[in-house]
Amino acid sequence: MKYQSQKIALIYFATAMALFTVQVSLGLIMGWIYVDGNFLSEILPFNIARMLHTNSLIVWLLLGFFGAAYYLIPEESEREIHSTKIAYLQLGILVLGTAGVVVTYLFNLFEGSYLFGKQGREFLEQPTWVKAGIVVAALLFLYNVTMTVLAGKKTAITNILLLGLWGLALLFLFAFVNPDNLALDKQYWWFVVHLWVEGVWELIMAAILAFLMLKLTGVDREVVEKWLYVIVATALFSGILGTGHHYYWIGTPGYWQWIGSIFSSLEIVPFFAMMSFAFIMVWKGRRDHPNKAALLWSLGCAVLAFFGAGVWGFLHTLHGVNFYTHGTQITAAHGHLAFYGAYVCINLAIITYAMPNLLGRDPYNQVLNMASFWLMSSGMVFMTVTLTFAGALQTHLQRVNGEAYMDVQDQLWIFYAMRFGSGIAVVLGALLFIYSVMVPRREVIERGITTPAE
Amino acid sequence: MTDTSGSFVDLPGDLMIWVLIVSELLVFGAGLLAFLAVRLTDPAGFALAQDQLHRVGAGINTLILITSGWLAARGSAAAHAQNAGAARQNLLASVALGLGFLVMKASEFAGLFWKGITTETHPFFTFYYLLTGFHAAHVLAGVVILGFLAIRPTPYATENGVAFWHMVDLVWVILFPVIYLVR
Repeated sequence: MKYQSQKIALIYFATAMALFTVQVSLGLIMGWIYVDGNFLSEILPFNIARMLHTNSLIVWLLLGFFGAAYYLIPEESEREIHSTKIAYLQLGILVLGTAGVVVTYLFNLFEGSYLFGKQGREFLEQPTWVKAGIVVAALLFLYNVTMTVLAGKKTAITNILLLGLWGLALLFLFAFVNPDNLALDKQYWWFVVHLWVEGVWELIMAAILAFLMLKLTGVDREVVEKWLYVIVATALFSGILGTGHHYYWIGTPGYWQWIGSIFSSLEIVPFFAMMSFAFIMVWKGRRDHPNKAALLWSLGCAVLAFFGAGVWGFLHTLHGVNFYTHGTQITAAHGHLAFYGAYVCINLAIITYAMPNLLGRDPYNQVLNMASFWLMSSGMVFMTVTLTFAGALQTHLQRVNGEAYMDVQDQLWIFYAMRFGSGIAVVLGALLFIYSVMVPRREVIERGITTPAE
Repeated sequence: MTDTSGSFVDLPGDLMIWVLIVSELLVFGAGLLAFLAVRLTDPAGFALAQDQLHRVGAGINTLILITSGWLAARGSAAAHAQNAGAARQNLLASVALGLGFLVMKASEFAGLFWKGITTETHPFFTFYYLLTGFHAAHVLAGVVILGFLAIRPTPYATENGVAFWHMVDLVWVILFPVIYLVR
């Protein structure tokens, strides 16, 4: 750690991982609700659990992005962060807002109040005061990092990262646009939801991945930057009009079916490029970086993002297919592996890379960390596969044969039971990960010790 | 990418303009394939709808755009020869023809709207409006790009802008027969 202000990242990552625990625990509870529909139905209704599961995911990923920015911008810009006070104030606002959201959702306080009550729009349920707080926090953050970058060295990585973060904040403003017309409501809603995860977040992900590749493989910056530009160009080219794949059945004109199908089919390209990028950099790189776990997470991220976001996304993005699969467990399968592969893994990769430096523990325990990668990732891949089978069956029974929704759900029970099992693996993996980066001070296997042959 | 990019070094212009060109060709190619696939489901309806189009006008537009591409190529060559004056003249002439294409295209759209034909009238027109509309938007973008280049026609920038313009040209040369002529 070259710059003192990089320490800001530590508290962001710690908060992110605390919320990560909350998120996967709620996931596990919901996994059980799928198995036993009446579980906790009085005190924690499914829709509330789902809100908490998705909202906490988004917030911890954002905190991870902020932490990543505070960690890598000083190194890239070669100067301290503009103001550490602003960074902590920003975190304070976000934590307060998150606590407010959880309390409001759980106890359904201020029902119907525009300012204080939950708003009932999927993923954007936050009360208005929390949304406003998010905007203030985002402005503080952008001011802070932009001032740092403007005063320091400008690199492609920081430029792309800032482009992504500015886009993230500006697009969030559409969360305040809520027309009475449900079709228009949904249209603007996707400006946030889609253009985040299939637009500006990809820029953030690509920038963090490029930073990691630069540090871990030692490949020339010039080469990394060329790849980064190609990834970003293809991501924006396909992702922006790819929004059309959400406009098939919401009341928007029919031509969106073709715009959405064609452009979103190309959304696989940037993910393929990111995967190629990561592997080619590792092959070409001459540096033997001691942090093997961070490299494992980076490569795992690129591969799982390609399959989760790219392949599983393409699986149901053509409108002729989506007509049947829309909103089935196919969507859940895609959602899980895409978010895990792309955004969870990139966060865990930068956390794995940064934590030993932030805590001054180099070398640290990588064996547990790598074990957590395999446990969590295989759990998530198994979950994706079971949900894909469930979705294919559901599509046939419900959409082709026309059986009733709940009758079909009963027949999917075996898949939900297996998914719960994989959920346990993911939660254990997550706990193991957090333990491995926070607690052990020494490597389990001592480096450089060779056992003589008997 | 030090050695893998060896094959890219010979490309005229920037790598990024080729990323864009390939992406555009993929999109228009996919659109045309979808058009042809949907046409298989209703050949008679597509033929009937196609008769509503003004083939001669589109043919003239093809000549306009190809000529514009030729002038743009001359502009790029002049820019490379450090002849800013000739580059500017050719680029501006190219822009003028591009604008001519847009005027013709606008009158074509207006004529169809006048007949009450919209994107929802028939699948043929959904594709027609989408593909030629997207293309016209690219012509507009190209006109703006070439216009800026005419102000200061440096060889490198001109090469990139003209490569984009040729892509717009190429797409039209494929769109025109498939949408207007194929029976």
